[in-house]
Amino acid sequence: MAKYIVKRVILAIITMFLICFITFFAMNAIPGGPFNGEKAKSAAVMKVLNERYGLDKPVGVQFVNYMKNIMHGDFGVSLKTGRDIATTIRTRFAVSAKLGLMAILVALILGVVLGCVAALNRNKWQDHVIIFFVTLFTAMPSFVMASFLLLIFCIQLKIIPVWSTANPNYVLPVIALSLSPMANITRLTKTSMLDALGQDYVRTAKAKGVSPIKVIFVHTLRNALIPVITYVGPLTAAILTGSLVVENIFTIGGLGSAFVDSITNRDYTMIMGVTIFLAMIMVVMNLICDLVYKVVDPRIKFD
Amino acid sequence: MTENYDIPTPKKRLLSLQIDPKKFEKATDEEKKQQDVMAESTTFFKDGMRRLMKNPLAVISMIILVLVIVVMIFAPAVVPYGYEEIITVEGVRDKQAANMKPFEFSPKEQAYMEKYNVRIFPHIMGTDELCRDYFIRVVYGTRVSFFVGIFASFMVLIIGTIYGAISGYAGGRTDLIMMRIVDIIYSLPDILIIILLSVVLRETLDLSHVPLLGKLGSNMVSMFIVFGLLYWVGMARLVRGQILTVKENEYVLAAKSMGASSGRIIRKHILPNCLSVIIITTAQEIPSAIFTESYLSFIGLGVALPMPSLGSLANAARSGMQSYPWKLVFPAVAIILIVLAFNLIGDAMRDAFDPKLKQ
Repeated sequence: MAKYIVKRVILAIITMFLICFITFFAMNAIPGGPFNGEKAKSAAVMKVLNERYGLDKPVGVQFVNYMKNIMHGDFGVSLKTGRDIATTIRTRFAVSAKLGLMAILVALILGVVLGCVAALNRNKWQDHVIIFFVTLFTAMPSFVMASFLLLIFCIQLKIIPVWSTANPNYVLPVIALSLSPMANITRLTKTSMLDALGQDYVRTAKAKGVSPIKVIFVHTLRNALIPVITYVGPLTAAILTGSLVVENIFTIGGLGSAFVDSITNRDYTMIMGVTIFLAMIMVVMNLICDLVYKVVDPRIKFD
Repeated sequence: MTENYDIPTPKKRLLSLQIDPKKFEKATDEEKKQQDVMAESTTFFKDGMRRLMKNPLAVISMIILVLVIVVMIFAPAVVPYGYEEIITVEGVRDKQAANMKPFEFSPKEQAYMEKYNVRIFPHIMGTDELCRDYFIRVVYGTRVSFFVGIFASFMVLIIGTIYGAISGYAGGRTDLIMMRIVDIIYSLPDILIIILLSVVLRETLDLSHVPLLGKLGSNMVSMFIVFGLLYWVGMARLVRGQILTVKENEYVLAAKSMGASSGRIIRKHILPNCLSVIIITTAQEIPSAIFTESYLSFIGLGVALPMPSLGSLANAARSGMQSYPWKLVFPAVAIILIVLAFNLIGDAMRDAFDPKLKQ
């Protein structure tokens, strides 16, 4: 067990380092320094600026310095606004995290419930209806979903007001973000639930006369939910990447829209910072899920 | 067979399992007939296809896909507009032809039709804000999305299969190292890497003189690169796993013990068993590539202008969503239809070709 944890943590650290490495050198491959702006600067000014930000040093040294700064939570300053990137990430991520957590909860709860309903009513109308919508939602990109929701509920029917910072309405963004991961969770829960229902211990429990509700909750669901844990990692990634477009469509000032803005504005230090930050979250979530999965499921061997 | 009742029987030894032919009687013709094979002999592929064709959803999806492909190929030959062509009437640019509804004609076009008593080819999906025929743009967008999806999944197919096969066959330390590399690549956040690479290549790569890729732009190149670098790992894992399990099966051992060559084992046992996994994963990779392309187009890292893609069309339609909702609906529905069809076919193929799910 301890060996597995160590192995998994080392893998995560290698991944994080690789991400930082790729990000840093990718951004450095772009021609022109950060100060080659529209206004021409004299060579002396350039030299001072480069020295001040350590840009006169070799790329390797710059990378080491950048990594050191990241360890201390310092992502440098934005090229366009000059603001501290770490502060921007912190304030913007507060909004995104709230939205993302709600979406994760909605996706998990609805997905598990629908998956159970579909599995327990296999081949009945409930199953068919659920699977129909699940199939439809998996074929719908999050931006199509978000645009349609905005078009129908905000513009045509005017039931839900358009997002504003003073009056944030999380309903539509959360739906747009959570529907397609929810569809995946429903599928996953249904298959693992069907699998669990076919196990010998469930038949034994039924034969012993355990009440059907107890069979579902105590014997079946507990085991059926284990595979769902592994999906929480990809779920986080899906919601984080989905938030890039959904925040843009609903004009929510979260980290996602800040990231897309920085892409359009060619704000390279910002792109670098946010990429590393988002990647870290995904890697850490994957790590946690894998570890929890191994702890929860005693059948898995630690090789 | 000749009648031969007096087969010389060797003397039976005590406790020997030797069969005494005298205890058996000859089979009658009727009994022999029962042994005849009634059904036509079938191959793995035929069997799978037969089951696939029995699935109504798969058949409908295939019909839809065939229709989409036919429209995609022949529409540019039929429709007299180009995807970047601004509508002109009698050689003069028609400035009133912007943002028209489906099947609507601009005043100039109507006047032209009355004057010469001819019919202009209708704008099936209306026009966009730059007075271009929207239908042909959606058709070209579909072409781009299809091309991207098929090219990307083809790359995944080649790289993933070869890598997985080598890893699975070699086994031992080679396999261990190759799979550690896969583990690391697997944990990289793909979308972020695509975005990063797109941003870099946008600045560094000049493709204007490369024939096909030049029109698609550097963002698509970076998407292909990332698909080639990252997305094959899923395929490689599946192929390797499949080869490992097939290798251990009794029938492979049986074939080996009967003296089958390794070529025959690969052809008759390993390949057919891996083929289903490979086909299904490829079919599922196409919608995922189409998804990624439309996602990138949507955040402004998609195909180069003026080439349309379904994602960039949907993105462009967002600004005028209030007044011209159909401009969002057409490309969005096209994406959903294509992805849905591919998904359903992929699922049906998995059910039809996976021998373990037979019954």
